Amino acid sequence: MKRKIGRKWSGAVFLAPSLFGVLLFVILPFGDVVRRSFMTAVTKEAAGMKNYKIVFTNSAFLLAVKNTLKFTLVCIPLMVALGLAIALAMGSIRHMQAVKSLYLFPLAMPTAAVAVVWKMVFYEKGFLNKYLEQFGIGGGVDYIGSGAAFYVLAGTYIWKNLGYTIVLWLAGIMGVNGDMMEAARVDGAGKMQRFWYVLLPNLKGSLYIIVVISFLNSFKIYREAYLVAGAYPHDSIYMLQHLFNNWFVNLDLDKMAAAAVVCTMFFLVFILLLQGLWDREA
Amino acid sequence: MNKKKMRRVRTGIRKMLLEAVLFFPVFLVCIPILLILTGGFMARDELREGLSPVFTGMGNYIRWSLMPDYPTFENYRKMLFETPQFFVLFWNSVKMTGCILAGQLLIGVPAAWAFAVYRFPMGKALFTVYVVLMLLPFQVMMLSNYLVLDGLHLMNTQWAVIGPAVFSTFPVFICYGGFKQIPAAMLESARIDGAGEVCVFFRIGLPLGRGGILSAMTLGFLEYWNLMEQPLAFLESKELWPLSLYLPEISWQQAGYAFAASLITLIPPVFVFLMGQEYLEQGIVYAGLKG
Repeated sequence: MKRKIGRKWSGAVFLAPSLFGVLLFVILPFGDVVRRSFMTAVTKEAAGMKNYKIVFTNSAFLLAVKNTLKFTLVCIPLMVALGLAIALAMGSIRHMQAVKSLYLFPLAMPTAAVAVVWKMVFYEKGFLNKYLEQFGIGGGVDYIGSGAAFYVLAGTYIWKNLGYTIVLWLAGIMGVNGDMMEAARVDGAGKMQRFWYVLLPNLKGSLYIIVVISFLNSFKIYREAYLVAGAYPHDSIYMLQHLFNNWFVNLDLDKMAAAAVVCTMFFLVFILLLQGLWDREA
Repeated sequence: MNKKKMRRVRTGIRKMLLEAVLFFPVFLVCIPILLILTGGFMARDELREGLSPVFTGMGNYIRWSLMPDYPTFENYRKMLFETPQFFVLFWNSVKMTGCILAGQLLIGVPAAWAFAVYRFPMGKALFTVYVVLMLLPFQVMMLSNYLVLDGLHLMNTQWAVIGPAVFSTFPVFICYGGFKQIPAAMLESARIDGAGEVCVFFRIGLPLGRGGILSAMTLGFLEYWNLMEQPLAFLESKELWPLSLYLPEISWQQAGYAFAASLITLIPPVFVFLMGQEYLEQGIVYAGLKG
């Protein structure tokens, strides 16, 4: 009995420093942010739901939410599917290790260096237009200052994170019981059937983690967007990150507080839903 | 017999095609590096002439030759010997990245151990909170961070960047996966042999969870070497900035520096990447296994 209590406490001891920091740097100040979201920024009077009303009718906020959602909804499924396809194909080739390294490498490229190169490629007089025109298939598009910026950003995100996704999928595929696949083959299941009915259902755990990590990384694309297109980029890539940053610079702290609370709630619900799905399947 | 042979040839060709398709990203990876390499050795005038259409929007398209007309070490010489600022910022980057990773090792790793091995009230709920915190973009937490840092009078010091990052919950999540793979029976038998909880952590947890820990460190390095949002928001004095913020400050007229600086910024992460790739993959794998 005594030992058990000891064990229970040692868990708390291992966790305590981290928990202390999280409380100090995140949870407690977030409480303050919640309080501020119901007050005016300067005079600190109670404002009720006013800040929330302002945020929800703010056109910049609505645009940023729309863009961020669009980016996530386009990029994550695309990358998850592409990663799975490549991981499946990779199982059957030579030099798998080398190919994997190449796919992972963009993760190590410093953002600032990427930004320099991207400007040379995607600006109106850059490489892309130059070669497109040379081969007579278009050109003359300003890829950063027009709606095309969205696709450039989406491409950058996939370029940077695809390797990571592939490695995760490969791990998941290798974790699937080989005997089960073999048994299905012996029972006469075709290649597609084995994929749909045996492999895919066993990869649901991997899917959860891949979606979570892709989601996490999708917000980091702000760095590239900011360095290539600045604080006020074309409307098509004006994300929540830009908005928060600009509010911070302009000291619109009341709007920021309300929006932060809304976003946090959204994330909490999203994760709980995802976790619920995952727990039920597993 | 003949049919069989043909089939073999066909699958051989299919395989080669597949390899060709999968090797395509090689270009996407190599082109940026090639541009940075050649740009660093180009003379000022050549760069100016070649790049001015891109940045002024006037004239013809960008011009670039993979072999510079007059290759020169001038850019590197100036960068390394005549720009002391560069070293200050490089050192800032090393210092901040080092402190953050050391802090995460001291604080995040034991926390991951606690979540993976012990059961305590609210443990599961708390872990969910950690996952949510890991997902929240920096910008959403920026105001909270600012309020604390301002309250602690840490604004405009490098601790404003280091402090919150040390308590990031991402390494906890990655290390947790590694620790979860250790069979409970192994820990139990160590305890029966009389090992204390601390001893179990150091003798079994750390060696067996090494993959996850090193992976968290590798990912952390790649992340913090690129720090942008935090120093931009919390560091006012430019002499405190990391290298990653210096590069964008260089104007295109001095593109030669930018390329030289890019290459030097690139070296540490590439080095870490090559050293840590094995662990990186291992850790990614752990993260993907359900505990």
